[in-house]
Amino acid sequence: MAGELTMMTAAGLAAAMAAGEVSALEVTDAHLARIGDADDRVRAFLHVATEQARQAARAVDQRRAAGQPLGALAGVPLALKDVFTTTDMPTTCGSAILDGWRPPYDATITRRLRAGGVVILGKTNMDEFAMGSSTENSAFGPSHNPWDLSRVPGGSSGGSAAAVAAFEAPLGIGTDTGGSIRQPAAVCGVVGVKPTYGGSSRYGVVAFASSLDSPGPLARTVLDAALLHEVMSGHDPCDATSVDAPVPPVVAAARQADVSGLRIGVVPELSGEGCQPGVLARFSEAVELLESLGAKVAEVSCPHFSYALPAYYLIAPSECSSNLARFDAMRYGLRVGDDGTASAEEVMSLTRAQGFGAEVKRRIMLGTYALSSGYYDAYYGKAQQVRTLIIRDFEAAFEQVDVLVSPTTPTTAFPLGERVDDPLAMYVADLCTIPSDLAGNAALSVPCGLAPDGLPVGLQIMAPVLADDRIYRVGAAVEAALDSRRGHRLLDQAKGLS
Amino acid sequence: MPTAALMPFADAVTRYEPLIGLETHVELGTVTKMFCGCPARFGGDPNTLVCPVCLGLPGSLPVPNRAAIEYTIRIGLALNCTIADWCRFARKNYFYPDMPKNFQISQYDEPLCTGGWLDIWVDDPAADGGSRPVRVGIERVHLEEDTGKSLHVGGSTGRIHGADYSLVDYNRAGIPLVEIVTKPVPGTGALAPEVARVYVTELRDLLRALAVSDVRMEEGSLRCDVNTSLAPDAVQWGTRTETKNVNSLRSVERAVRFEIQRQAAVLDAGHRVILETRHFHEDTGETTAGRSKEEAQDYRYFPEPDLVPVAPSREWVAQIRAALPELPAARRARLTAEWGLSHREFSMIHNAGGVDLVEATVAAGAAPADARKWWLGELARRANESGAELAALPITPAQVARVAALVAAGTLNDQLARQVIDAVLAGEGSPDDVVAARGLAVVSDEGALLAAVDEAIAANPDVAAKVRGGKTAAAGALVGAVMKATRGQADAARVRQLILDRLAPG
Repeated sequence: MAGELTMMTAAGLAAAMAAGEVSALEVTDAHLARIGDADDRVRAFLHVATEQARQAARAVDQRRAAGQPLGALAGVPLALKDVFTTTDMPTTCGSAILDGWRPPYDATITRRLRAGGVVILGKTNMDEFAMGSSTENSAFGPSHNPWDLSRVPGGSSGGSAAAVAAFEAPLGIGTDTGGSIRQPAAVCGVVGVKPTYGGSSRYGVVAFASSLDSPGPLARTVLDAALLHEVMSGHDPCDATSVDAPVPPVVAAARQADVSGLRIGVVPELSGEGCQPGVLARFSEAVELLESLGAKVAEVSCPHFSYALPAYYLIAPSECSSNLARFDAMRYGLRVGDDGTASAEEVMSLTRAQGFGAEVKRRIMLGTYALSSGYYDAYYGKAQQVRTLIIRDFEAAFEQVDVLVSPTTPTTAFPLGERVDDPLAMYVADLCTIPSDLAGNAALSVPCGLAPDGLPVGLQIMAPVLADDRIYRVGAAVEAALDSRRGHRLLDQAKGLS
Repeated sequence: MPTAALMPFADAVTRYEPLIGLETHVELGTVTKMFCGCPARFGGDPNTLVCPVCLGLPGSLPVPNRAAIEYTIRIGLALNCTIADWCRFARKNYFYPDMPKNFQISQYDEPLCTGGWLDIWVDDPAADGGSRPVRVGIERVHLEEDTGKSLHVGGSTGRIHGADYSLVDYNRAGIPLVEIVTKPVPGTGALAPEVARVYVTELRDLLRALAVSDVRMEEGSLRCDVNTSLAPDAVQWGTRTETKNVNSLRSVERAVRFEIQRQAAVLDAGHRVILETRHFHEDTGETTAGRSKEEAQDYRYFPEPDLVPVAPSREWVAQIRAALPELPAARRARLTAEWGLSHREFSMIHNAGGVDLVEATVAAGAAPADARKWWLGELARRANESGAELAALPITPAQVARVAALVAAGTLNDQLARQVIDAVLAGEGSPDDVVAARGLAVVSDEGALLAAVDEAIAANPDVAAKVRGGKTAAAGALVGAVMKATRGQADAARVRQLILDRLAPG
């Protein structure tokens, strides 16, 4: 039974629990057992909260027994990226500078999960402060791709994606700043969604780049992602950039799964040179599939997308150089060199030198430089202008089509260690995902088959701001057609743990 | 601490043209802080008025306080500024332990209010009526968050360098702070120190009238930085210094005066003034060198990405404008006209803190001249003696108006009126109570007065003889005797007339 439970979807588990076929505690224990069995190889979790998870599950069972109302995902276990604050678990952001920090408050999303009875199994690994595409920038060592343990699970939300792909949890939550949900989802063969910017609260999400950070769901099915999307999203008065509008009807859209008559645009700038032939082959097939399902496909050029990557690598580091200034040893976290004679400035400096990893330091320096007086206009200012042009490209494109599609990543999962010494090669992993972050619109990655190397490929679907329902509608249609053609779920082919 | 060479002030302002500018920080009196729900309150045990947001904990986010934005617009309107219809907060980045995020949320190139002015009246013996108006241009008014407060323990300077350890209280962190920056004020010459003081005084009164702050300089809710420079003439600008920690009205004047004298001596010796911050010392009235600004610190300002732009609607701004109270300048214009005063005379009432009291006394029926006479004369003296504010004296404007009315009716003379005021201040009740209880009233019964006069003449035959002999000046002694006998309740002029009549030769 335990093994079967971990193979089930979130929707399936919720239904089974509601029908009284299984208790939340049994579901949680099954997943804790799976973590115990698999996570020494996957290393998806930085912290497993066994006691808190079992307690949360028991509370759901008690509420259910008492006939009290329960959320749609009550009792369903979830893997939470270690960038969300949690009062009962550490929050490290994958950084030595926050090792052991126990926040005194819950993130809004943490609170919503708890209120909905979702069982948080623990905190998942990530690139330090969400900066990276492989989890190799974690101060606590990398996570491994369940399809091939010698390869990266993507990043920065690699821990959550790997946990979902390894059946350690049916649901995960990540944050997407340049592709940090969609890229690991794609290379792990799961579904990942970056909601419209401001659609999900950033309160209690340790900031990397404030104008880009978007928390979102990871799941094994599009419907599961939609169910989690509804639980975690919605206006938050604690986040001034939160959108004060109803959550788009994503669950209904995932159930609709119909693309007939929908206009779909292929972005040539994101689906040509630089992409692996195997990735392009799966992508072309997915486009043909959509056409066969009744969608009207056209090519829609977004000429400024080629400037998205450099613009991103000015804007994101600029914001992070300021956001990460608070880690100074004065109030919390690591403190180095406080021998009673060192000045506050020396302690700050020593702590940051020791507490931050190389990639974080690189980006802080990039950002500090880009914001400097005399350079601001040429770098940060220019990048913001590019951002405006990219937003206009999207607006023009969405006048012609309902959604845009591209491969999620240019390549399948790359081997651990391959790009650690080549930041630019690492940055290119986010080539296709960055435009939606800069523009703030909604985007989803859904598996669309395996490349010849036997590794999963993701199809990216992009929709206008606040039209998140469209990405679910298209994603669910692709998923249903591919599953039915294949006769089984793609993840059943994952070999890494077999 | 080496004492700087100074040039006598009169020489300094003869040889050089001072240019001043002021940056004033005002803590707003909103209920909650700028970006969180913590109380914006002074006092409180250290680090008790804090939360994840004002402590800048990882993951926390700011949400702007609408009341603080409204207060800032109110200030901007009162200072005749243009209110931006769209502006953004910006991050000012620098590391300091009392700044929780190591950046301050402030405004940079898009302040909420720009381009206004404040008219002030400055004493000038050379001017008509003894004072003249000066228009102080306002460059900008912007909104930001205050920092925490550091206490550096040990060491000699009270600053972080050399301290044994430092304590930080974050209660103040995140309290809304408005910065009001003047344009350089040219052409003030020898009046520069006074212009600076009067500007801050007027600004303080304005802010108080607007009910946006308790403007207490001693508690730091109003803080001033004074920029001073000297130029050989009114056309060129010299290098400025920025004097910090100027935390009383008197200090503002002293700091400008000291800097003028110091910079004049520096220039006179053929040196150049260094662009730097300077610290003002209340005890000595001197400024000492602080951080050099020759290499400008790079704050790497950029638009605050955690906040959306502030876009006050025209309707909202119009509402705020319509709700503004009568402002001090308008009030001054109205009252000088109503009371028939010069600006200098009004300033005297104003500087004594008596405008509200005089106005209320006039409203209670007193003539403006009488109201002014009592508050600025007898009552100001009493306040001075006890070291109290005029408004704190235990007498009401209505009571003062009653005293004035009793004098006007001839029931009391000035001397008796002073006794009544003393008694009221001593808690003996209302003026009418005192008059009744003490039986005070001018004796107007001619028979009783004549009896007292005769008694005095009889008791002082030598003096009476002198008066009879034509030395009328000697009658004073007899008047005094009669006044004493009637316990001051007689009309001295009438008594004198009666004595002269009685002793008229022939």
